[in-house]
Amino acid sequence: MDVVSQLQRQFLDFTTSLYREGFLDDQFVQLQKLQDESNPEFVIEVVSLFFEDSEKLLNNLSTALQQHIVDYKQVDALVHQFKGSSSSIGAQRVKNVCVSFRNYCEEKNVEGCFRCLQQVKHEYHLVKSRLDALFKLEQQILAAGGSVPMIA
Amino acid sequence: MVFGTGSSSTKSTKGVEEVGGNLSVLIVDDDPIILRIHRMMLNKFGLVTHVVENGKEAVDLFRSGSCFDMVLMDMEMPIMDGPKATQELRAMGVNSMIVGVTSRGLESEKQSFMGAGLNRCHEKPLTTDIVTSLVQELIKHY
Repeated sequence: MDVVSQLQRQFLDFTTSLYREGFLDDQFVQLQKLQDESNPEFVIEVVSLFFEDSEKLLNNLSTALQQHIVDYKQVDALVHQFKGSSSSIGAQRVKNVCVSFRNYCEEKNVEGCFRCLQQVKHEYHLVKSRLDALFKLEQQILAAGGSVPMIA
Repeated sequence: MVFGTGSSSTKSTKGVEEVGGNLSVLIVDDDPIILRIHRMMLNKFGLVTHVVENGKEAVDLFRSGSCFDMVLMDMEMPIMDGPKATQELRAMGVNSMIVGVTSRGLESEKQSFMGAGLNRCHEKPLTTDIVTSLVQELIKHY
């Protein structure tokens, strides 16, 4: 198997595992379908926006939960935002933690909220490292003169 | 990728379905990710898109004489939210198709947003199928 075919096979296997393990859902496929020759960096742009947004949200969530008197309305608003953005790019596991997180906000359960914050940070870093690896594989395929295969 | 306080517009010449005439859409949303995705989807249909970050900017645009065939209105925004902006636009006599987009799934909140004067309301992010049906309705009625 030549280098390009090997990389393409690796890319397909890796992508399939991301969907199988629930890191990504169909929304990510929708984003990939929107990308074309006139916007070849569309997915990377959107995912980069998500990374920027997420770092800020996670910092703000940490600060909000460390307050002497926690403002659960503010925490809920931040989690709502995070749920929206993760859902927009198809980061399914992050989105699912946000759903639980919002329930703990409603119950004003500070321990539950802290646990969810740790969980959502963990899931975010997992999906970020996987997406970074996916984009790196894409660049390697293109540098080797191949085209990036699409999962239908 | 950075959307300032003013509006900005782009047009794609390579739409998936080229619509007749230069139909224009105003996207009103404070979420840069959603803005990027919705803009991309609409551009693919050959629609001219403009973006603003809150309801007040949308209302000010119409008040200054700008006109759009469709408005994609987010529900929750700072300064002026979607329901308030929709009410103001209708009170001004704006007849454009106004489509609400919300990240909340509660039926009661959707109904309440519809009551402000929307033509339709959908959960975000919009899918290609929903955008197709919106464009078809736009062509038919406006």
